[in-house]
Amino acid sequence: MDFEFIYENIPLYMEAAKLTISIAAWGILGSIIIGLLCSMIKELRIPVLRNIVQFYIELSRNTPLLIQLFFLYFGLPKVGILLSSEACAITGLTFLGGSYMAEAFRAGIDNVAQSQRESSYSLGMTRQQTFIHIILPQAVATAMPAFIANVIFLIKETSVFSVVALADLMYVAKDLIGISYKTDEALLMLVVAYLVILLPISVIGSWIERRVRYAGFGNRSAVSGD
Amino acid sequence: MQDSGIEVLFQGINAWRLWQGMFVSLKLAAISMALSILLGIIMGMIMTSKNWLVKAICRLYLETVRIMPQLVLLFLVYFGAAKHLGIDISGELSAVIVFTFWGTAEMGDIVRGALESIPKHQYESSYGLGMKRGQTFVYIILPQTIRSLIPAAINLLTRMIKTTSLVVLIGVVEVVKVGKQIIDASRFEIPTAALWIYGAIFMMYFVVCFPISKLSAVLEKRLQV
Amino acid sequence: MSEYVLQVEHLSKSFEKGKAVLQDVSFSVKKGEVVVIVGPSGCGKSTFLRCLNMLEPIDEGNIYLNGTVINRKDKNVSKIREKIGMVFQSYDLFPHMTIWKNILLAPKLVQKRDKQETQAQAEQLLKRVGLWEKKDAFPRQLSGGQKQRVAIVRALLMNPEVLLLDEITASLDPEMVREVLQVVLELAKEGRTMVIVTHEMEFARAVADRVIFMDQGAIVEEEKPGEFFRYPKTERAKKFLNTFHFEALEI
Repeated sequence: MDFEFIYENIPLYMEAAKLTISIAAWGILGSIIIGLLCSMIKELRIPVLRNIVQFYIELSRNTPLLIQLFFLYFGLPKVGILLSSEACAITGLTFLGGSYMAEAFRAGIDNVAQSQRESSYSLGMTRQQTFIHIILPQAVATAMPAFIANVIFLIKETSVFSVVALADLMYVAKDLIGISYKTDEALLMLVVAYLVILLPISVIGSWIERRVRYAGFGNRSAVSGD
Repeated sequence: MQDSGIEVLFQGINAWRLWQGMFVSLKLAAISMALSILLGIIMGMIMTSKNWLVKAICRLYLETVRIMPQLVLLFLVYFGAAKHLGIDISGELSAVIVFTFWGTAEMGDIVRGALESIPKHQYESSYGLGMKRGQTFVYIILPQTIRSLIPAAINLLTRMIKTTSLVVLIGVVEVVKVGKQIIDASRFEIPTAALWIYGAIFMMYFVVCFPISKLSAVLEKRLQV
Repeated sequence: MSEYVLQVEHLSKSFEKGKAVLQDVSFSVKKGEVVVIVGPSGCGKSTFLRCLNMLEPIDEGNIYLNGTVINRKDKNVSKIREKIGMVFQSYDLFPHMTIWKNILLAPKLVQKRDKQETQAQAEQLLKRVGLWEKKDAFPRQLSGGQKQRVAIVRALLMNPEVLLLDEITASLDPEMVREVLQVVLELAKEGRTMVIVTHEMEFARAVADRVIFMDQGAIVEEEKPGEFFRYPKTERAKKFLNTFHFEALEI
C-alpha cells in the first residue's frame, strides 16, 4: 500500500466528496418537496393532478436512475433541452427521490387514524388545515424510518453521477486506476470516502428514529425504561 | 412527425437488438436473484442465531452491504479482483458476485424477519411431536414464512433488475451499450437517435419492472390476511 | 330565526344500495334542549349523529341549522361544522400536541379569535373539569376519562351552538365514566343544547329533556325520559329496556 500516494490524493477525493454531498443535498431537498407535494395532492384528492402524480410515482420507482440520467443528459439535448451536468444530476435524483419520499409520506399518512381527520373536521378545520396541522406532523413521525432509509438510498444512488461527466468519487477512483494503476489505494479511498459520508448519517438517522418514536408526543417514560 | 427520428427504433433489427441487450441484464438479475434466495434462506437462519459473535458478524455484513453503493462493490470486485487474483474477471461474473453478495444480505434479513415472527410455540409443538430441527424448519416453519417472504422477494427482484443497469459501467454489453452502438451507427442519418433510444430503454425498464412491482403489491395485500 | 337550533326532515341514508341505515328520520332540537338517542347496537344512532355533522353524506332529506339548510354541496362545510361541536367515543385528541395546544388550535386557526380571550376561556374551562394542571401534558400521559374531558373542553371552546356526543363513555373504564358524565350533567344544567348518543340508561334518564328510541334506522319512540323509561309504548322499546334489567339482575 502506497501511503504517500493516498496522502497526495486526499484533496482530490475531498473535492469529489464535496461535489457528491452538495448534489445529494439539493437532490434530497428536491425529493422532499416533490414528495410532500405529491402526498398532498393525493391526500386532498385533487382531480387530474392525482392521476399524474400516480403515473409519475410508478414511472420513477420502476426505472433505474442511470437510465433516467442517460435520457436527461444525452437524450434531451436532441430536442434542444440542454442541461448542465449538475442540473442533470439534481433533476435525476429529484425525479427518482420524489416518488420514494412520496411513498414514505403516504405510508405515514395512511397510518394516521381516520378518526383524527374526523375529529379535526368536526372542529371546523378545512381539508388543507387538517392536512398541515393534524395529519402531516403525525405522518412525518411515523414516516421517519422510511425517510432516513430514503436519504441513505439517495446518497448511494449518487454513485452513478460520473456518467453525466461529473467528477464525483467514482469518477476520481476510476481515473486514478486508469492513470496510475494504483488500484488498491484508489479503491480503499473510495470505500473510506463513502463510509465517511454515509456512516454518520446512518448513525444520526437511527438516533433520530429512536427519539421520534419513543420520546415524541411526550412519552418520555419509554426512553428511561419505566 | 416524419423527421422526429423515432424511426430509429424500427429500422432493421434495432428493436430486437435492444431487447437482446435487455435480456443480458435480466439474465444477470435472474441468476443473482436465484442464488440470493438460496443463500439468503441459509443466511436468514444463521442471522437468528443467539450467539453474539455470529450476530455481530451478520450485522456487520448486512450494514456493510446496505451502506456501500452497489457500484462501489462492483468496482471493488471488477478492478480489485483483477489485480489480486491475476485473472481478468469478466464484468458479468463481477456483477453476479456483487449482486448475490448484496441480495443474500437483503434476503437473509427478510428471512430473519419472517422467522422471528413465527411464535415460539410452533417450534415447541413440533419438537414435542418428535421432529428434528431440520424437519421442523422444512415442514413447519418455512411454509408459514412464505406469505411474508414472497412479496418481499419479488420486491427485491425489481430492485435487482434496476440495479443491473449499472453493469454497463464495468463494460458489460447490455441494453445501454447496444443503445450507444445504435446511436453511433445512425449518428448522421438520425441526429435525434439518442432521445429515442434512451427514451425506449427507459420505457423498457418500466415495462419489465412495473408488472413485477404490481404483482408484489397485490400479493402483499392478498397474503396478508 | 327559527326556534329550533337543529332540524332534520326526512333524512334517509344507505351505505349499500337497498340497505337503508336511516329511513325517513325527522327530528328537531330547541335551544337549550338535551336530546338523548338510545337504541340497540347497529340501529343507526351513531350514523345519524355523524350525518348531523356531515361526516357522512346523506341520500335524501334536509338538515337545518338555525333554519338554514346545511347539507347542500355548495355550503362551506367547515364553516358549519365550526358551529356544531362533536365529541367521539375514542376522544381523538391530537397526539402530537399538548393539551393546551389541542384545545387552542381550532379557535386560533378556524375562528381567528383573540388569543388572550381564548386563553382565558380555555383556562376557565380546564379548571372547571379539573385538568388545569395537565395543560402541558401530552394526550398519552392522560387517563381515558381525562382525555375525554379534554375532548369536551376542546369542543366547548369553539362556542358551538349545539354539542353532539357520540357514546363518549363507551371505551372508558367504569370508574372513569362518572367523572365524564358529571361534566355533561353540569353542561345540561347550564342550558347547553346537546344531542347525546349513549348506552348509559341511568345517565340518559338524568340528563335528557327528551329521549328518542331508534331501531333499524328509524325513530320508534320520542318521549319525556320519565315516560319512556317507565312506560315504553312499543314492544321493541320494552324489549330493549329489558336487556338492561336483566343485566342489572345478574349483578
